[in-house]
Amino acid sequence: MTKAPMSNNKKLMIYLVCGCIGMFGFGFALVPLYNVMCKQLGINGHSSNLPEKYKRELVVDKSRNIRVEFVTQIHPGLPYDFGAITKEVTVHPGELAHAQFYAKNNSNHLIVSQAIPSISPGQGTLYFHKTECFCFTQQPLKPQTKADLPVVFFIDPALPKEIHTITLSYTLYDVTKAVLAVHPEVAKQIES
Amino acid sequence: MTTLNPEMSATINSTSHEHHHMPPRGMMRWLKTTNHKDIGTLYLWFSFIMFLIGGCMAMLIRVELFEPGKVILDPNLFNQMTTVHGLIMVFGAVMPAFTGLANWLIPLMIGAPDMALPRMNNWSFWILPFAFSILLSTLFMPGGGPNFGWTFYAPLSTHYSSDSTALFVFSIHIMGISSIMGAMNVIVTIFNLRAPGMKWMNLPLFVWTWLITAFLLIAVMPVLAGVVTMVLTDKFFGTSFFDAAGGGDPVMFQHIFWFFGHPEVYIMILPAFGIISSIIPAFSRKKLFGYSSMVYATVSIAVLSFIVWGHHMFTTGMPLFSELFFMYCTMIIAVPTGVKVFNWVATMWRGSLSFEPPMLFAIAFVILFTIGGFSGLMLAITPADFQYHNTYFVVAHFHYVLVTGAVFAIMAAAYYWLPKWTGHMYSFKLANWHFWCSVISVNVLFFPMHFLGLAGMPRRIPDYALQFANLNKIVSLGGFAFGLSQLLFFALVIKCIRGGESAPAKPWDGAEGLEWTLPSPPPYHSFTTPPEVE
Amino acid sequence: MYSNTKRLLISVGLLLFPIFVEAAQLNMTKGVTGISHDIYHLHMTIFYICCAIGVGVFGAMIYAMLRHRKSQGHKAANFHESVKVELAWTIIPFLILIAMAVPATGTLIKMDDTKDAALTIKITASQWKWHYDYFNKGVGFYSILKTPQKQIDNQQAKDTDYLLEVDKPLVLPVNRKIRFLITSEDVIHSWFIPAFAIQKDANPGFINEAWTRIDKTGVYRGQCAQLCGKGHGFMPIVVKAVSGKEFDSWLKAQQQAKLVAAKSAQAALSKTLSKADLMKEGQNVYLAHCAVCHQPNGMGLQGVFPALKGSKTATGPVHDHIHTVKFGRLGTAMQAFSKQLTDEEIAAAITYERNSWGNNMGDAVQASDVHKVKQ
Repeated sequence: MTKAPMSNNKKLMIYLVCGCIGMFGFGFALVPLYNVMCKQLGINGHSSNLPEKYKRELVVDKSRNIRVEFVTQIHPGLPYDFGAITKEVTVHPGELAHAQFYAKNNSNHLIVSQAIPSISPGQGTLYFHKTECFCFTQQPLKPQTKADLPVVFFIDPALPKEIHTITLSYTLYDVTKAVLAVHPEVAKQIES
Repeated sequence: MTTLNPEMSATINSTSHEHHHMPPRGMMRWLKTTNHKDIGTLYLWFSFIMFLIGGCMAMLIRVELFEPGKVILDPNLFNQMTTVHGLIMVFGAVMPAFTGLANWLIPLMIGAPDMALPRMNNWSFWILPFAFSILLSTLFMPGGGPNFGWTFYAPLSTHYSSDSTALFVFSIHIMGISSIMGAMNVIVTIFNLRAPGMKWMNLPLFVWTWLITAFLLIAVMPVLAGVVTMVLTDKFFGTSFFDAAGGGDPVMFQHIFWFFGHPEVYIMILPAFGIISSIIPAFSRKKLFGYSSMVYATVSIAVLSFIVWGHHMFTTGMPLFSELFFMYCTMIIAVPTGVKVFNWVATMWRGSLSFEPPMLFAIAFVILFTIGGFSGLMLAITPADFQYHNTYFVVAHFHYVLVTGAVFAIMAAAYYWLPKWTGHMYSFKLANWHFWCSVISVNVLFFPMHFLGLAGMPRRIPDYALQFANLNKIVSLGGFAFGLSQLLFFALVIKCIRGGESAPAKPWDGAEGLEWTLPSPPPYHSFTTPPEVE
Repeated sequence: MYSNTKRLLISVGLLLFPIFVEAAQLNMTKGVTGISHDIYHLHMTIFYICCAIGVGVFGAMIYAMLRHRKSQGHKAANFHESVKVELAWTIIPFLILIAMAVPATGTLIKMDDTKDAALTIKITASQWKWHYDYFNKGVGFYSILKTPQKQIDNQQAKDTDYLLEVDKPLVLPVNRKIRFLITSEDVIHSWFIPAFAIQKDANPGFINEAWTRIDKTGVYRGQCAQLCGKGHGFMPIVVKAVSGKEFDSWLKAQQQAKLVAAKSAQAALSKTLSKADLMKEGQNVYLAHCAVCHQPNGMGLQGVFPALKGSKTATGPVHDHIHTVKFGRLGTAMQAFSKQLTDEEIAAAITYERNSWGNNMGDAVQASDVHKVKQ
């Protein structure tokens, strides 16, 4: 045993160090993994920020009525008015529906905002598809102006039977700084 | 890694170079030491100092909570105290204490001359004092130290924390590196330096449990390093891992954190299982009941610990199926844990019991840890958890598991091996005083917390409603008594180091293991010729 | 004989213990909803099972400690394994666990069913207050700790509901299914009210759901359960449950009061208050909304919350001062108060800040001044 350990130690250490590095990487890999899990399993009401195509072949399930409610929050410090004009609608699964929101910039400069959608119950996320939404893009708004923001969506008829109500929540965040960091040319627009 | 080779050969060749036996004197001996016993001693003293510092913070917390209304801490300072108390006790007191025990005992138990990687051993200890100096220094900075709880949930720890968060992250990184190096050393030592003839299934259980703990450490400490790095970049470098505005998710922080956090809980208890499994047979004068089921139970607890993290997050709004999944997995952990407790009881059953200080602490461990296990089982029941979660019931639960569990096991270990370490017997009278004061006060301290929690008192609040006043007073008094009792331990250890009746090689008649074949204290290089194991 | 009596006493003691707990009112609340009752019974069942296992395990240990002592000359037996026994104590606990899991699963499934709610309340948490919005009913308000700072600082006798009293409680009807949508504006908070057995995190950017059906009228209290910063211990939850009829008329009154408030806010713009009146109202507003951070003596907390005494803002141009209070300071803990306070209240608070603790600006800020300041 007095001869072997040196090479054995080295070999084992290499495995262990690799294990450590691997687990450090795994910690970061948990981020995309978590997002995939959220999407597949509807954890935490993560709703997509990407448009989806309406499938015309979908059969509208007239026998079911789903109540869709809309709520909004503004991140503190964002000088906006933001709210849902349509507070709730009742739709049949498979049918295309739309809702209206508004935003108003109360400040004296241009602000770019981003709406973050969230859906409750979380399992509803899988079946709630937005074909058009102001949350797909960052929304610049000129000083003291108001904008109407539409959402067009449909619910997959495969929605689990126990879901009767879906709440769609938007939280509006100020992303002006982040946008400026990537597109400095916007600064001119903001000043003017 | 190549730098380790000369060191290794130095250790092995030491039989032929007599001068290696004499350590240098003074400060340099401790700074440059690569001896497993010296490093073990350093770890144990460091952990005890941290235990006292963290304990002082606990005392301040209990003074603030002694009665309703502001007493001494303003809420912001109170939050810093709870946060740093938690960090110090977890990373500064319990974990280094176990690493210290591992350093001292594993080579003795497996018949090795030293740890396999002595120079790395020196590093893994000496970066710890720096980590904790950094952490503690943040308390004196403008804006204060970390005040977001030891679990540092985002975004409280990112956009809403003070700038000292950078130093907090840095110190956690260093602590993590230290633990990982310690764990690697343990693994390499156990794999490569076992005495000839020592098979896996006759390893002492302390060695087994530490081996499994070391693998857990290597698996999850890097994840902790990852998550603090994400906190750092979110706060200072504009990423948004945990910020909804940039497409992140604050709940994801909790998933990653608890993926580390739950195995971490077992990192702090598995070596304790090993200690108790050494002590109970010794003072029952009977072989440990169910050795192999103990090993399998430990392995299955370790494996299960990776799939139960969600039980810390039932209130975050998980979908039904994941709540059910985490509930069932968590409940299953009760089975291997139960096996351990039953095995200990069966070991005592029809033994020939005597109640020396290590045995007293070991028995207290079994009973009180089981109580902590019961409340853990109750917490696992998701619907009931909505009433227990984030209340003092949880505080009671994890203090039963960590104080009367981990800390009591460390005390038991100290009393068991202290004669071996110092070469002197200690005062049983003082030890008995320490035991009875601790065991009574710790229950006065933590048992009423169950009731506070059930009555709905949230944790981490600096002030509370009047109906919680009486119990909090009792809890605080128990806390002060427990804190003071630990000074007895300090006095006892100092006395024991300075002198006393000299200890025989094997001071306990029922003790088993290679460490008792060496004289007390053992020679500077433990087993220069490997012992034969039958 | 002696140790048998002792054992009996211990077992009786252990059995009496739960009764003692019940009597002392320190147990989990039964609550006032079907779910909370279910959870209470679940809790008690598991508690009794744990007690029974405890009696068995600790009983055996204590027996061994009393009878199998070396000092009594007991010789150690030689057994150290038994596959049968080990298998038994793996399988039996497993079966007990299954017995526990079945009712727990049932309750959990019930809790998950939020359909057919008669009323939806949107709860928005922020540091350190709750905002309640009666969904699609046009009524919403902040609910803030009412306990005066003086009681917290032990300068005044504490009320019975110390730290559990708010300015405006959430009013809910009994016997109707109520759905809660819970979210946060800043950090994570948790809406915890034991009487309904609801504890749900408020996550910024995400929405959570819970529901309840209250059986009994009354006032129910809870607190924020997730560490959310300095004021975590100071954001209580108070729910006033009233009969359905009473609730309907209350809601109508609130809707009307909102119209009246809008009118009076308009009226306040043309009103000029005396400095004395402003200072008096200002002190109340300041203590309720500003003193948590800036402290009642205006000194703030060094390094965390700036002092107002002698500060640039409070002794500088009034426009900047109003701007800060109305719209907050981005990137700091200073939040925008324009949504939760009226122009008149802001005017009063600013007047108070500019003329207290040695600040002596002498100006009296009016609601119309506040109204004029735009971001």
